[in-house]
Amino acid sequence: MFVKQLSVFMENREGRLEQAAEVLKDQGINILSLSMADTMEYGMLRLVVSDPELAKSALREKGFSAKLTDVLAVRLDDQVGELYRLTHILRTNGLNIEYMYALAASEKKAIIVKTSDGEAAAAAVLAGGLALYGNEEL
Amino acid sequence: MIWNETKECMSRDEMSNLQSARLVKLVDRVYHNVEFYRKKMQAVGLEPGDIRGIEDLDKLPFTTKDDLRDTYPFGLFAVPNSQIVRIHASSGTTGKATVVGYTRRDIDVWSECVARCIAMANMGREDVIQVAYGYGLFTGGLGGHYGAEKMGATVVPMSTGNTKKLINMMIDFGVTGILCTPSYLMHIAETILEMGVKDRIKLRASLNGAEPWTEKMRGKIEEMLGIQAHDIYGLSEIMGPGVATDCHLHRGLHVHEDHFLPEIVDRETFRPVEDGVTGELVISTLTKEGIPLIRYRTKDLTSIDHTPCECGRTTARIARFTGRSDDMLIIRGVNVFPSQIEAALLEMGGTTPHYLMIVDRVNNLDTLEVQVEVEERFFSDEIRELENLTRKIENVIHQAIGLAVKVKLVEPKVLERSMGKAVHVIDNRKFE
Repeated sequence: MFVKQLSVFMENREGRLEQAAEVLKDQGINILSLSMADTMEYGMLRLVVSDPELAKSALREKGFSAKLTDVLAVRLDDQVGELYRLTHILRTNGLNIEYMYALAASEKKAIIVKTSDGEAAAAAVLAGGLALYGNEEL
Repeated sequence: MIWNETKECMSRDEMSNLQSARLVKLVDRVYHNVEFYRKKMQAVGLEPGDIRGIEDLDKLPFTTKDDLRDTYPFGLFAVPNSQIVRIHASSGTTGKATVVGYTRRDIDVWSECVARCIAMANMGREDVIQVAYGYGLFTGGLGGHYGAEKMGATVVPMSTGNTKKLINMMIDFGVTGILCTPSYLMHIAETILEMGVKDRIKLRASLNGAEPWTEKMRGKIEEMLGIQAHDIYGLSEIMGPGVATDCHLHRGLHVHEDHFLPEIVDRETFRPVEDGVTGELVISTLTKEGIPLIRYRTKDLTSIDHTPCECGRTTARIARFTGRSDDMLIIRGVNVFPSQIEAALLEMGGTTPHYLMIVDRVNNLDTLEVQVEVEERFFSDEIRELENLTRKIENVIHQAIGLAVKVKLVEPKVLERSMGKAVHVIDNRKFE
């Protein structure tokens, strides 16, 4: 039901993202989607990858602060109104969106979303007629 | 001007005799009134009668800041609380304050000492003096205030904060003297120049203390404002500001030796060293009633000179301080120990994360940034959570040390480690 998202804390330093990318490359890990949130001093790299557990341990070994979080990968069609459909479901169920970003790996199109209540959001989304991807399907 | 010629210009023999007589009384007083001292002396087989004068001083055990902390709050007081008329406190190493109490006579002696310092800065009753130290538990504000009043000067109890208002009053009231930290006076000086009002101020002297500074910084302040700047030394455990000050010749700080008996001891052996040799300053409070201290280790490093000064005073002079024998930092006049930061971070739960304190001086005001490594248990994928965490750590540290700090989250293992031991402080301030 959930997708394991890899979150990496990044200091605002030159070359730091490159180093993280290198770790993933060396482990043969494919990045399916990513988003980067930034503040004045640090950034938060969020990734959906082919092997989250391996990616996490490899990054930690190289001194990164990395952890896995359950998020939803909500399957959306490439057409007008899909984002509205999702946000409408969440809002009418009293769920708050912490963050979201798009995923477009080969034919799989989805929105990665973290809400105030993952379980409730998953149930609401499914009840609303939308589908969810798991790590395996991606 | 010399405020008290009898005491400040007495011969060395007279001073030694006075100190000896006062030391004998002091030892007798603490032995009978303070359990801590009685036990400490008994532990080394000392009785009051064994101390016959200052030549026996080094038989006595030392007192440390830890002793004050361990006996928190009033354990070292030598008089009943009914005789204490005021309490001051400074932050301690584990969040517990170091508490000192003054009798009415202590306040008089303190005021007398500060008045002597003000006179050394060539200020007198005709002067209008702004006290721009913080007023409150910190000894700077009230200590300076009472001394300036004792002198008979016109006192403006400014405290700290609104610099422009301070400068406007300086102009309007014809202020001629100021008591504040050296870094604050630098800030005031720059603001005066910025406002373009230097030709409207009558300031001619200052007494600056409560934080380390250099001769170079003193010269810069004098040049910027066209005044005489003096270094005033003190610590709340001993009294507050006014333990020593430099006269107009600026050849060391005259210690008010009839009240504060100074010794310099070797940093490792703790044996007294000769004049001119740098060591730790140790002070016995000869006349203090509220909380008399015997051989209090100040942890401040300096040397001493007992030769008479050309100004006419015979009191011993201590050199400008070269540092501390412990890891205490003085930031904006506030004593800060890295262990306090550690204790505050510990409150965040679990073990202490790695941290690094970066002290700097921006526009002549000290800044403290605390870098904290983001560990697993702190880490969140939500920026909002991390921002909340940052604010929370800032609050906890602020509560613990009484200073606003900026917390910066950093990646694990990036904070410097040296020789397997983490470096916890980087002080980028240049005291000049």
